[in-house]
Amino acid sequence: MIAQIFAVAIFIAMFIFIVTEIVERHVVSLVCAVLTLVLVLGVGLHSMEAVIETINIQSIFKPGFWYAAGEQGEAGSGINWETIVFIFGMMVMVEGMARVGFFRWLCMRIARLVRYKVTAIFVTFMFLSTILAMFIDSITVILFLAAVTIELSRLLKFNPVPMILSEIFCANLGGSATMCGDPPNIIIGTSLGYSFGDFLGNTGMMAAIAFVAVIPYFYFIFRKELGAGSSEEVDDAVLPTPESAIRDKQGFIISSMIFGCAVVLLVTHAQTGLTVSAIGALVAVLTLAAAGKNALELLKKVDYKTILFFVGLFVVIGGLEQTGVLERIAGFIGGISGGNGMLMTAIIIWLSAAASAFVDNIPFAATMIPIIKSLSAAYGVDLSVLAWTLAMGTDIGGSATPIGASANVVGIATASREGYIIKWGLYCRKMVPATLMVVLISMLVIYVRYL
Amino acid sequence: MSEQLIISIGREFGSGGHEIARRLAEHYGIQLLDSNLLSEVADERNLDVRNLEGLEEKKKIPLFSRTVRGFSSSPEENVALLQFDYLQKKASRGDSFVVVGRCSENILKEYGGLISIFVLADKKCKIERIMRMYGLTGSVAEKFICEKDMERKRYHNSFCEGKWGDSRNYDISVNSSRLGVEETVELLVDYIDRRRKRREA
Repeated sequence: MIAQIFAVAIFIAMFIFIVTEIVERHVVSLVCAVLTLVLVLGVGLHSMEAVIETINIQSIFKPGFWYAAGEQGEAGSGINWETIVFIFGMMVMVEGMARVGFFRWLCMRIARLVRYKVTAIFVTFMFLSTILAMFIDSITVILFLAAVTIELSRLLKFNPVPMILSEIFCANLGGSATMCGDPPNIIIGTSLGYSFGDFLGNTGMMAAIAFVAVIPYFYFIFRKELGAGSSEEVDDAVLPTPESAIRDKQGFIISSMIFGCAVVLLVTHAQTGLTVSAIGALVAVLTLAAAGKNALELLKKVDYKTILFFVGLFVVIGGLEQTGVLERIAGFIGGISGGNGMLMTAIIIWLSAAASAFVDNIPFAATMIPIIKSLSAAYGVDLSVLAWTLAMGTDIGGSATPIGASANVVGIATASREGYIIKWGLYCRKMVPATLMVVLISMLVIYVRYL
Repeated sequence: MSEQLIISIGREFGSGGHEIARRLAEHYGIQLLDSNLLSEVADERNLDVRNLEGLEEKKKIPLFSRTVRGFSSSPEENVALLQFDYLQKKASRGDSFVVVGRCSENILKEYGGLISIFVLADKKCKIERIMRMYGLTGSVAEKFICEKDMERKRYHNSFCEGKWGDSRNYDISVNSSRLGVEETVELLVDYIDRRRKRREA
């Protein structure tokens, strides 16, 4: 009982400190991780075995961590090192791509392809945001898309805010489509043993249907702003060429090849048996080797704070899991739904969406994974259905408010730093209906397809 | 004017700091940046100033904002950063100006031409001044002063290491109640001229 009290108290304290930003979130999660190891697993449970299981370092040395022989295994409780290694590898690759100018080149290339027509840029950038976010983190996607959007808005004289808001939404939507698109999906996939293909065939399908609905929605609500842009024919000569974005031509070609390689490996990892941690490590090594003397610079740019945040978070969630607190919550949700699969998925998707709109969706998803495992075991609802439900709820719910997802914050900040202030009212008026619409579509697809 | 002169005026609400800033700007024939700073920022970027109004010199609301890799969703924080950026650009161009508040004593501290001043006043004098200026009763004026000062303090301290009003962060702190606005301006002009002479030497 004392261990459970400690675990809950530490978890609540961690959430409060993360939300209030009094201390940086990686510091919060690491301090809470140490407290979990000492108070929950040490003082409360008196279990050295639980400590070792939670730190989980032994998992890295197992062959299954790198090669799963065509079958993905489920990760145990505690630190999910597969997620950590994969995220690190992708961060290195993305930094390598940014260094050579890949993202700016891509945005400029597309703008040129559609001959700098504002509405065409609006639609193609939504598409680009969705596709890129399927493979790389949404922060990077928005960082570059928003910057290029603002640059083009000055040249073509249109308001960049509608376009940035649409890009943010699509980055979150694209992230929901694959296993590596959004951190909650990586954690869900590696924890429950699902592959890239599993996500693509399930959450990817829901995201694709939602995308078809999202384009007319955003076009309809922003049509006036988009139409207000300059109608004059633009002289291509005054616009920056896509090639001007490339800072290192050889590096650009190599980075593009590594990215292509990562995409192929991720899409086929269920067939090749390579785990996402192996893919992450491989792309990191290739990127660093290609960067040569710039390798150190790339390594310095990796967002270690996020990685440390993950490490601490997994320990705190591990503490909750070891003490059986999450099983109690699962029992509570199961009780409310009476074991009814439809009601259970409705609760999970709307609860996840609502929570993710206001708090970081990563700890929320990590907390919910053991809960859906318990629900599945206790009530016989297919675990994969609950996993897709959780993924869609957490990934899409984050779009509803300015603080719901990292992409929102980065997009808003990028626009604001150029003077295009996006306040809560404006943001929510445009994004809440889109979020509700996509969550509803996802729920209906889940009902029709699985239940 | 040969040497760059940047006068930063921090002030308690009702202390006459703004009036002092205006007179110093007039005396030296340099631009005064106060509430007009937002318009300057908007003009520079070809923006509608109405989108920026109501957000300056305010602390971000923690529960309604989030920071990711140094990017903040807070409109208040982003408006402050826009103003800081504008002030830094202006200072780096070598312009001379008087700026009221906006953490200027901190963000412009690397410029040799900066002279930072904090103007305070006795509570009674501040209340009298605010009653006169806004047509308020004594108790309402006192409450108004408390609120404004708290707002300025929170805003300042959320961006700067040094605390708002702490004399260690300014070149000179002066109580305007002692000499009145006019003589305080004379005192400050004397101080500024001495500083500039010393710098030229």
